[in-house]
Amino acid sequence: MNQTLLSLRGISKHYGGRAVLKALDLDILDGEFLTLLGPSGCGKTTLLRLLAGFERPDSGTLTLSGQDITSIPPERRPLNTVFQQYALFPHLTVAGNVAYGLRMEKRPEAEIAQRVTEALAMVQLAELAERKPHQLSGGQQQRVAIARAVIKRPKLLLLDEPLSALDYKLRRQMQIELKRLQRELGITFVFVTHDQEEALSMSDRVVVLRDGEVQQLGTPREVYERPTNLFTARFVGETNLFPATVKAINGDRIALDVRGLSRDLRKPTFQVSVGEQVNVLLRPEDIRVLAADADYGFAGTVIERNYKGSTLDSLIRLEDGNEVLASEFFDEDDPAFDYSLGEQVRVSWVDGWEWMLPVANGDAAGALDG
Amino acid sequence: MDERQPFRSAVLLLVWSWLLLLVLLPNLLVIAASFATRDPQDFLSLPVTLESYQRLINPLYLGVFTHSLYMAAMTTLLCLLIGYPFAWALSRVDKRWQTLLMILLIVPFWTNSLVRTYAIKLLLASNGLINNLLQSVGLIDAPITMLYTEGAVIAGLVYLLLPFMILPLYTVFEDLRDDLLQASHDLGAGRMATFVRVVIPLTLPGVIAGVLLVLLPAMGMFYVADVLGGAKNLLVGNVIKNQFLDARDWPFGAAASVLLTVAMAVLILAYGLSRRRIGQETVE
Amino acid sequence: MSRWLPRIYLMLVYALLYVPILVLIIYSFNDSRTGYRWGGWSLRWYQALFDNHAMVQAMWNSLWLALAAATVSTVIGGLTALALHRYQFRGKQALRGMLFVVMMSPEIVLAISLLAMFLVVGLQLGFVSLLLAHVTFCLPFVVITVMARLSGLDERLLEAARDLGAGEFTTVRTILVPVMMPALLAGWLLAFTLSLDDVVVSTFVSGPSYEILPLRIYSMVRVGLKPEVNALGSLLLVFSLAMLVLSQFILMRNKR
Repeated sequence: MNQTLLSLRGISKHYGGRAVLKALDLDILDGEFLTLLGPSGCGKTTLLRLLAGFERPDSGTLTLSGQDITSIPPERRPLNTVFQQYALFPHLTVAGNVAYGLRMEKRPEAEIAQRVTEALAMVQLAELAERKPHQLSGGQQQRVAIARAVIKRPKLLLLDEPLSALDYKLRRQMQIELKRLQRELGITFVFVTHDQEEALSMSDRVVVLRDGEVQQLGTPREVYERPTNLFTARFVGETNLFPATVKAINGDRIALDVRGLSRDLRKPTFQVSVGEQVNVLLRPEDIRVLAADADYGFAGTVIERNYKGSTLDSLIRLEDGNEVLASEFFDEDDPAFDYSLGEQVRVSWVDGWEWMLPVANGDAAGALDG
Repeated sequence: MDERQPFRSAVLLLVWSWLLLLVLLPNLLVIAASFATRDPQDFLSLPVTLESYQRLINPLYLGVFTHSLYMAAMTTLLCLLIGYPFAWALSRVDKRWQTLLMILLIVPFWTNSLVRTYAIKLLLASNGLINNLLQSVGLIDAPITMLYTEGAVIAGLVYLLLPFMILPLYTVFEDLRDDLLQASHDLGAGRMATFVRVVIPLTLPGVIAGVLLVLLPAMGMFYVADVLGGAKNLLVGNVIKNQFLDARDWPFGAAASVLLTVAMAVLILAYGLSRRRIGQETVE
Repeated sequence: MSRWLPRIYLMLVYALLYVPILVLIIYSFNDSRTGYRWGGWSLRWYQALFDNHAMVQAMWNSLWLALAAATVSTVIGGLTALALHRYQFRGKQALRGMLFVVMMSPEIVLAISLLAMFLVVGLQLGFVSLLLAHVTFCLPFVVITVMARLSGLDERLLEAARDLGAGEFTTVRTILVPVMMPALLAGWLLAFTLSLDDVVVSTFVSGPSYEILPLRIYSMVRVGLKPEVNALGSLLLVFSLAMLVLSQFILMRNKR
């Protein structure tokens, strides 16, 4: 499980003078579900195409189980792709599409027939084997594309935003199904998406990419709760940012001045010194909304309330004009829960739920708001 | 690249050798022949001379050429006059009907032009349909001579070539958006001013493409002149054919052909320039 | 401007285009031998046509030539379109340019250049010279037809094939050719028709050993009116129309 299957070393790619990937290093572990996450143009699709062999890197090497595959053409790489718009062959039936890869291996027809039946059963399409792709729904086409790619038992399956063409409900269903498939087949998945929710819920590890560089590589939980920079923090979810100044350091605790409020918090993992600026990050669900007469927290006014089903999101404008997003789970027994628009409240958080980042260049408040 | 190399190379080799052997080389030969000396036995013979080109402006041929050019020009003008409003009207027809009407328009491209030339002869002959009709109605007593005249050749050419004028015009009118005309009216231009200042400049590439597709064939389609024009109304095509096949004066036929090619090059250039003027890419 | 004026004008021009064709077809059934007075319905000219041995031979010759020319030009034109669409190579613009010139050249220019070539290499004028010439002038039309469809092709299909283990040739054979089939068929039909109808180029590059139909018609219609030509012309027109309808049907049905 923890062995490296595919390793990328110093992979660079340029298109007409523009660097799409910048000396990228990455190790993909055997059997993991790895997601490449990033905004459009971050290089994630290019990276996937490099893995598949449709593009050649300008420099760097790709090593698959110890073998250098940098210059091996796609048809001879033991990995397969599920394409974004599925790319099903329109002139072949469902069975013909799924059998294609085995035909290329010149397998005996009997074996092909059997494996196609198995593959179609696996994606619950056994009865549609003789249909043409255009007679299928989007979700069914998706399943055919997956069956077609996994039938060759690749070491690695590449999935290029495979769910982006599906509607929300089908998408959720396919996410679960993909996870199940991955567990059952034991194939390593490399999944490309720009949807952070999808990335967090499906992956063993997430690679956050931006402008051709890896911003962070870690488990969904690490990426979400302990982002290494503001970009990752903001890209993987809603974030409240409080600039703060270090007042004192006492062992593993530091005293901070957070917008005029004094807090005594756990010392961050990076070096801090007295007088330095740090960013305190809080996810909306870590924010507590208190009654106006509470004796701590920032005073503010509720300016927006959004009912989200299981949670209630409130946007609170603080007295200094900054806004804080709070996401609270319903507690029907709590009479104080329901605030009204314009109501005065205080916001705070439980010690230890915050995450701190050093102030880096370009972190000026709001610079990365998206 | 490694894997696709053999197939790719084979494809490129085949395509290139075909075009080089049957397009480039033959055309170079014609150019070479146009500078050769006349020799009924050999296609090419020395010395190199400009004699063929000089003979092109010999009064005998010059007369034929100017007459042919005149008939081709008349054909083109008539096609333009008929085709321009036609293309405009066609581009504004309900979309449901346009596909059918377009197919009706490309039918001539798919049908034998010699047979259709003959159909015109059927109408124009002294014992043909028009004369018969006019006589039976009593409008005329004796048949009018329509066949074997300049008019018959022009009528035949217009009939055959009109669709080739309409197709490129239709394309530019399709792209001519109504809001441009409305904008022009909105800015105070009247119907005439809008036509002159907006419609004509924007449809000019279509006009030139149409002229290109009509004018040159109208000089080359020798069988139209043969079937409808008789001995007096020859096209450049007839001269080339006679010199090549009957008189075996290859240098002269080649020179006449080079002349047509140069005319084509000039027209293609004009087309490219007119497209560039309105910001479209140059000739494909 | 009235709404009706443009429509009436359209109909008028269509009438001009189609009346001669209709007249030809109607007269092909005219029993009268000489004048153009109506002599009652008859199939005698069609009968005369098929009784004429040389005529039938010319028909077969033309048919074989058109079949061969259409097939060869579809293969070469299809490969050319593939190369232009898929490969980067030196002289790509020159190749496009040459095809464009072939398409725009007056047929007679093409005809004498080919004749010149055949004379120089000493090729006997006959089936082979006709075939080479017909393929050459059909080529750009096939390329255009196929290119139009290639430009709408989903590139990922080809990548998917390679991803599943197909090499370049196998990808072309198993994916590209089947997907391009409608355009290839349409191109084939167009080439077939162009070849069957050609007069100008054939006049130059055919020899006595291989007489083809358009040239036979040409020799018949140069002087006077021949009732058999009405019948033959009608057959050719109907045949060409059937080809056109077939090709439009193929292209539309596959548009999805």
